[in-house]
Amino acid sequence: MTNTSLTLNEINELKETALKMRKTAIKMATKAGEAHLGPALDLTEIIVTLYSKIMNYRASDPKWPKRDRLILSKGHGCLALYTILAEKGFYEKELLDTFCTQLDTLFGGHPEVKVPGIEANTGSLGHGFNIGIGMAKAAQIDNFDYKVYTILGDGENQEGSIWEGAMAAPNLNIDNLIAIVDRNHLQVSGRTEKIMNIDPLKNKWESFGWAVQEIDGHDFSQIYNALNSAPFKPGKPSLIIANTIKAKGLSFAENKVEWHHKVPNEEEYRIADKELGLGGLNDD
Amino acid sequence: MMTKEKLDLKSDIATRVVLGKAITDLGLKNEKICTVAADSESRFGDFVKKAPNRAVNVGIAEQNAVSISAGLAFCGKIVFVSTYATFISMRACEQIRTDVAFQNLNVKVVGTNSGFSPGWEGFTHQALEDIGIMRAIPNMTIIVPADGEETYNLVHQLADYEGAVYLRVRGKKDDPHIKNKGKTIIGKAEELKSGEDITIIACGRMVYEAVKAADILSEKNISTKVLNMHTIKPIDKEAIVTAAEETMGIITMEEHNTIGGLGTAVAEILCEKGIGIPFKKIGVNDRFGIPGKTHDIFRHFGLTSENAVKTAEEILG
Ligand SMILES: Cc1ncc(C[n+]2csc(CCOP(=O)(O)OP(=O)(O)O)c2C)c(N)n1
Ligand SMILES: [Mg+2]
Repeated sequence: MTNTSLTLNEINELKETALKMRKTAIKMATKAGEAHLGPALDLTEIIVTLYSKIMNYRASDPKWPKRDRLILSKGHGCLALYTILAEKGFYEKELLDTFCTQLDTLFGGHPEVKVPGIEANTGSLGHGFNIGIGMAKAAQIDNFDYKVYTILGDGENQEGSIWEGAMAAPNLNIDNLIAIVDRNHLQVSGRTEKIMNIDPLKNKWESFGWAVQEIDGHDFSQIYNALNSAPFKPGKPSLIIANTIKAKGLSFAENKVEWHHKVPNEEEYRIADKELGLGGLNDD
Repeated sequence: MMTKEKLDLKSDIATRVVLGKAITDLGLKNEKICTVAADSESRFGDFVKKAPNRAVNVGIAEQNAVSISAGLAFCGKIVFVSTYATFISMRACEQIRTDVAFQNLNVKVVGTNSGFSPGWEGFTHQALEDIGIMRAIPNMTIIVPADGEETYNLVHQLADYEGAVYLRVRGKKDDPHIKNKGKTIIGKAEELKSGEDITIIACGRMVYEAVKAADILSEKNISTKVLNMHTIKPIDKEAIVTAAEETMGIITMEEHNTIGGLGTAVAEILCEKGIGIPFKKIGVNDRFGIPGKTHDIFRHFGLTSENAVKTAEEILG
């Protein structure tokens, strides 16, 4: 039993939002015929919790200087971000129809700062996390108390720049930075253990000076409690290892390497529709 | 998988698909060949499975991939190291310059998914600067094959071509086959069409557009010389000078920034030789890419045979 500070009602609401986001993401990906769907689906619970319960922001004033910031360092998971930002009113939901279907769309395969609520251009791995360190440092300089959240892929942990940042953040004494590793054990060509093992991940980050917690990345209570208690140790940046299942929620795709960059075909859409109640591709 | 079926090199087969087949065929014959991947290893075809001992995967770590390649090459290996053109040419740029190029090691750096071939992936993945960056590094030979067939032949030549190379290929689709091509010789432009009025010098995917433009122009009684400049460096100066002598204007076409790439290389030769001739660069005019279908992006930036025709007509007045 985890000792939760979310009520059952709240959890049910979050679950509802998560389901809605998953359905929208699956439809968007299917319509576009091309997307990183698996890498977005596994972020759903984390992103819903951040934007519904944790982060301070003003959807109508996305550049409000004191806002909390989220940087999706694994930018290819952007469907999760596009859908929650629409849900929270950063822009009209109808705009999502242009996702990878309209030339020069706001919503391409990787997030760009021209989208309200997107804080950095990511897509090239090993940048966003480090940009987040700069933003967290700026809060310190400006005496603002905003927090910076950043989500990394576990494969992304293989980039050297991540470890340059891992070393820098504790040295800069920033504790308003919370990094979340999406630990799904998969990357493009296989399992992280096989391609380039990153374990023991917790020890690595701890030895660089971070306070680390490990959670189930699909359990709202655990996600909320971890995020809500950050910084875990005053003066230290916090790292959450979120154990996730890639493509979570799309039963036949879960934990399968090929679903890194795959979208449902007709038959698969039909199965997903049965399981999740998607309705027609163009229904709302 | 693809080596089981025979690839038809005379068909519209994608350069990145051919790359895997070519490296596999070559690597299984030549024991010196090694591959280094940064996560995605499908670009090496079946080689990784068939010669696992000579295939290294360093994970998502481009800088490490290139430095490790240099180490392998120092010990006598012929190394193909490859990932997206953006990431390998920019993230690992200094490793290419200092670890590979300075001592002209036998490392063949292969940038894939170049130009607008990543389409919807957007500007982070669209490489429009890589040729310019590589041109500024001494010792680098830069090769941009026009189609699948040329990719296959060039990869095979690279095994015997001493030194550091940047090979630029595209993605898994959209590489139409160029008909009636002859043999590709590194460093030598290939004349695909002879002509007297105007010359189009193109590389990579734009060669197809250049040939198409020449066909349209010939219907309008304009005779167009088309040069496939697959080797951007060292560039074939003689071919450029001859084209300037034989025709009344030169157009370059590339899927790249107009700064630093093929157009710039040709302009440098014309200027240094003191040749005054009408000259136009078709490419991306110092802009970042946008998400879209590759063909729509081509139209948006004017990387089309239609634009080449229009440009030729403007030059010839
Ligand atoms: C610098 C860089 N190198 C390579 C890529 C290509 N790429 C896109 S996603 C990906 C795998 C990412 O794996 P992981 O970080 O575990 O993310 P997941 O999709 O599993 O959440 C790779 C290699 C990239 N986008 N950026
Ligand atoms: Mg992963």
